[in-house]
Amino acid sequence: MSNPILAVDGLTKRFGRPPAQVRAVEDVSFTVAPGEVVGLVGESGSGKSTIGRLALRLVDPTAGTILFDGQDVSTLPERRLTPLRRRAQMIFQDPYASLNPRLRVSGILGEALAAHGLARGRRRERMAELLDLVGLPPEHLDRFPHEFSGGQRQRIGIARALAVEPGLIVADEPVSALDVSVQAQVLNLLQDLRARLNLAMLFISHDLDVVELLCDRVVVLYLGRVMEIGPTAEVAARPRHPYTRALLAASPKADPDGARIARLLKGDIPSPIAPPSGCVFRTRCPLAVEACARDVPPMHEAGDGHRFACLRDASEMREAA
Amino acid sequence: MTEPLLSIEDLEVRFRTEDGEVAPVTGVDVSVAPGETVALVGESGSGKSVSSLAVMGLLPRPAGRVAKGRILYRTKAGETIDLAQASPDRVRRLRGAEIAMIFQEPMTSLNPVLTAGEQIAESVRLHLRLDRRGALRRAQEMLELVEIPAAAKRLHDYPHQMSGGMRQRVMIALAMACNPRLLIADEPTTALDVTIQAQILALIDRLRRETGMGVLFITHNLGVVAEVADRVAVMYAGRIVETGPVGDLFRHPRHPYTAGLLDSLPARATRGPDGRRHVRSIPGSLGRAAAIRDACAFAPRCDRVREECRRTAPPLEAIGVDRAARCLFWREM
Repeated sequence: MSNPILAVDGLTKRFGRPPAQVRAVEDVSFTVAPGEVVGLVGESGSGKSTIGRLALRLVDPTAGTILFDGQDVSTLPERRLTPLRRRAQMIFQDPYASLNPRLRVSGILGEALAAHGLARGRRRERMAELLDLVGLPPEHLDRFPHEFSGGQRQRIGIARALAVEPGLIVADEPVSALDVSVQAQVLNLLQDLRARLNLAMLFISHDLDVVELLCDRVVVLYLGRVMEIGPTAEVAARPRHPYTRALLAASPKADPDGARIARLLKGDIPSPIAPPSGCVFRTRCPLAVEACARDVPPMHEAGDGHRFACLRDASEMREAA
Repeated sequence: MTEPLLSIEDLEVRFRTEDGEVAPVTGVDVSVAPGETVALVGESGSGKSVSSLAVMGLLPRPAGRVAKGRILYRTKAGETIDLAQASPDRVRRLRGAEIAMIFQEPMTSLNPVLTAGEQIAESVRLHLRLDRRGALRRAQEMLELVEIPAAAKRLHDYPHQMSGGMRQRVMIALAMACNPRLLIADEPTTALDVTIQAQILALIDRLRRETGMGVLFITHNLGVVAEVADRVAVMYAGRIVETGPVGDLFRHPRHPYTAGLLDSLPARATRGPDGRRHVRSIPGSLGRAAAIRDACAFAPRCDRVREECRRTAPPLEAIGVDRAARCLFWREM
């Protein structure tokens, strides 16, 4: 296997100071290979967005390392991050908030190219190519963001991210704000682009169906910790962690013949200021035993890079499922 | 079949704007029977929320008005009232006593300076004529009804002290406090995490079963529709384009938009020649389709479009006893 484009190890981020310290990300490790799409899934407070920002060094880690193309970027000063900024880009959830309303599309894309001194002398031509790549006609270069629909704006956001020819894109809920029919168009576009450009992606989403469609591997997060990680198809078909099972069961399926209203996970997601001791999921876990409160469960191997952090063994879990 | 509780017929809603009058809703026909959940499903701009506001008499005045059609509601006393014609005062009284509404964002309907108990008590004192103590007792019962743990203690919490899921429960408690016969739920779980969404959907469903109230459930999420609805009405560009029982409609959509919407779901992706999974998407976007009057509003995006579709506005045609589709060529679906 080729060297990963991104490798995070023991990544930890805490905001604020005790006693009101938010433990956003705790001891998270995973890799992204060139051309690979890795999904980060979880609910509010799972730390998925913070991990995306850490990977791009938009926020500084409290502990742990971030290797980008084999180089440790976790403690590099801002002025030395320019090469990283060119190799890694971000796509945001809200296509309305992430484009400068006072710039034409040509200004938005031009800014991205100029920041890295790219396509000098043939900038307009390059910008037209970028629009073509995301399925928009070149005339749109002269329009302002408000003249576009949500789906078209998201395409412009993607074109901007692609302007610097990045190797990795961090996509933070890029289709969550879009209507289903438009979401499908953007998902297909991302699917095409990754194949054509051999793009690696860190794909952040709360929607398991979207993750199953797009991601080669998935990292399931809860309260800042990795619950389960593995090939997406494998995790979806044979989830080993009770949280992954609950998450899969709770996502509504558009299948009226399926079971209505799944078995419910009780209670609320605890506060990341005071996460439960031991396994952070234990307060809502249908399988929790006393030992779960004592130790943070280590990662168990389930084969083929499929790992899960749970003390209960698989046979007991099958019984409860 | 039971007589419907709510029956919306040929509803048209108009808004005055700076650029003249617009009609975000031009053809809505939908009914809700007691004990039944009907999902009104559509994408942004389809007119689903405007339709529900019209039912509640909550269209912004004076800009918005019901321009055509009837909103018939059968009261507890057995009387049938056209909510589109009734006096605002009459509609307001029904809204508290018989028809309740819950929204996506609980903070828009909860008062931030009142505790959970105070808001419910205030409402039941008005509508059920209880004294202060009786009202507070009722408030606690309502919090217990919506499965809020330690309800007696939670009674004294303010909305900002609660999680999103807990606030949604308080809003449901508030809605249920006056024993509504009809609940209008406008995207009540859209802002919630999936494990919390599942809890709230189960709660609404339990309350429906226990009280026999009818539920008009407005959502954009087809997964949620499949889980909660008995019948579905699909909206596009201000019109109902298809209605039917949920299973039948999901299995055999009779309108190309419904079919396209279902195919757009990531779970229905199919593997393409490149070995990657792709979704069948609907090209284009809704745009200004609501303004199309003398043609099928979906024609510009329809993969089955024919010449007639651009010349004739299709009627909502009944198919058998419980289905209808607004497509000239539904037989070919």
